[in-house]
Amino acid sequence: MLELLQQDFVQNAFMVGTIVAIVTSVMGYFVVLRAQAFAGEALADIGFAGATGAAVLGISSLLGMVFLTLLAALGMGALGERIRGRDVEIGMVLSFALGLGVLFLSIYAQFGTNASEGVGILFGSILSVTRSDVLITLFCGIGTLLVLGFLFRPLLFASVDPEVAQTRGVPVRLLSIVFLMLLGITTAETVLVVGVLLVLALLIAPAATAIHLARRPLTSITLAVALGLLFTWGGLILAFVGTGRHLPVSFYITTLAALSYFISIPLGRLRTPRHYRDLPHPTREHIAVKSR
Amino acid sequence: MFAILQYSFIQNAFLAGTCVAAVAAIAGYFMIVRGLTFAGHALPNIGFAGAAGAVLLGIDPVIGMYVFTIGAGISIGLLGKEVNERDTTIGIIMTFALGLGILFLSLYFGYAERVYSILFGQILGISQLDVLITGISSLLTFGIFLTLFRPLLFSSFEPEVAEARGVPVYLLAMIFLILIAITVSLSVQVVGALLVFTLLVGPAATASRIVQRPLWAIVIAILLGVSYTWLGIFFAANSNWPVSFYIATLSFGIYLPVRLLSPLWIGRRARRIAIARQHSAMSPGSVDDQQQSNAMPATGREHDSAR
Repeated sequence: MLELLQQDFVQNAFMVGTIVAIVTSVMGYFVVLRAQAFAGEALADIGFAGATGAAVLGISSLLGMVFLTLLAALGMGALGERIRGRDVEIGMVLSFALGLGVLFLSIYAQFGTNASEGVGILFGSILSVTRSDVLITLFCGIGTLLVLGFLFRPLLFASVDPEVAQTRGVPVRLLSIVFLMLLGITTAETVLVVGVLLVLALLIAPAATAIHLARRPLTSITLAVALGLLFTWGGLILAFVGTGRHLPVSFYITTLAALSYFISIPLGRLRTPRHYRDLPHPTREHIAVKSR
Repeated sequence: MFAILQYSFIQNAFLAGTCVAAVAAIAGYFMIVRGLTFAGHALPNIGFAGAAGAVLLGIDPVIGMYVFTIGAGISIGLLGKEVNERDTTIGIIMTFALGLGILFLSLYFGYAERVYSILFGQILGISQLDVLITGISSLLTFGIFLTLFRPLLFSSFEPEVAEARGVPVYLLAMIFLILIAITVSLSVQVVGALLVFTLLVGPAATASRIVQRPLWAIVIAILLGVSYTWLGIFFAANSNWPVSFYIATLSFGIYLPVRLLSPLWIGRRARRIAIARQHSAMSPGSVDDQQQSNAMPATGREHDSAR
């Protein structure tokens, strides 16, 4: 195990996994809050078209993904309003992007290279991440976190209660576009680790679990980051240590994620519901809720 | 160019494609009405995992697909009604199933070829027996949809009112998800797991933007779905590019202008209906009528004009 850590590809995998887990968990908190899971899925599938297109053109797949997902995020944001309830539109764009991806992949396959490249993009190939990918991911990740930290309060406000935020003068629409662009970059990075089809596992599972278990935003986000790291490191270590045949990292990560989410649902129900607590209200008379 | 139509594999493709496109269009209409579009994307991917498992066990992939999609359909049906929470759970079930899928694939040695046919479709490689099975299952599914048409429509548009009127809403939701699962498994053969969404939701989304009456929307959706499939197979047979790419592009290419231009006619019609409602609300004795038209917009209006 420790000898493995000295190898380059293992170090790269751990570095990329750590960066991506932290960024996706923080982003995921807002994705769950804004009910944009489907948008995240769509951006990942659009990334598939970007990655395969880049493969045809012979450029870095990460660049292709970032380019197309950013473009798509701008388009989705420009659709206006909120993405909530726009499932049909998102789905249509998603399926068109997948169609393009299939086309690029078949063109690429006709050039005589083998098809395993496509499987790598779909299901992730964290063990083949290069040092330059790590650097790009690091810069994108730090940038994303900085922007998120800067926008934290207005974004939280706009995500929890868009109408009130709008009347208070928060630029809800602009925030929505910026958030989608950040999401585009994040999904492109996540594809490196778990692949197009499994982005949702790292994006929403840690945050959804954390929201079940903790209530305050900062506590939830911290918990989500911890869970995200646990899934990624757990997945990598299990994949390396696993006896016999080496099973794929993506499988371990998704299984850990799904397990923790489904365990957290009954755990979350055990707690006292929020409205049973006595909450003082500044403008109204204090009424203790005694429903039991 | 038309000479290719004489090949039996092209004929098989056309037959299977037509059956699947028709069933997928009617299923897709109800999925849009019930807000289950994300499930329409997740179920095929879950089916892919089932197919991979079946390949590993050495049985027919279609069986694995049915087991996984029906199982997932039932568990999605059992989940809560809150849309936000449901999307998260569907997403996590989907990624879990896909994780299993990649596990099965890595355990199986004959890697890429069969995976590709499941993911991207294999309609040009479909056999006579497959066509027969597809045809019969499509007919059955289509028949069930027609039998359940009115209660299903009622419970999709106004679940509360339908429940109050004694429609078994919960049972219908279950049956509906099982039907969707079967439809998805059928469609995977034509366009592949990744692009089932185009056949399922694409035609219905376009149709429901063109007309608003459910029955007309479904008829138009079926016509659109069948024509996308025919054109897709025709183009693919004459070129090197995959069928699913053509179907996805056609579907999106028709949807986009319709979606962008639809406010022109939908807005006008909505205003007209609103004005008609106001008039009927002002005249006394029409309370019953109004309730009817609230419950089921289309049939309510039929009822009015029949008097």
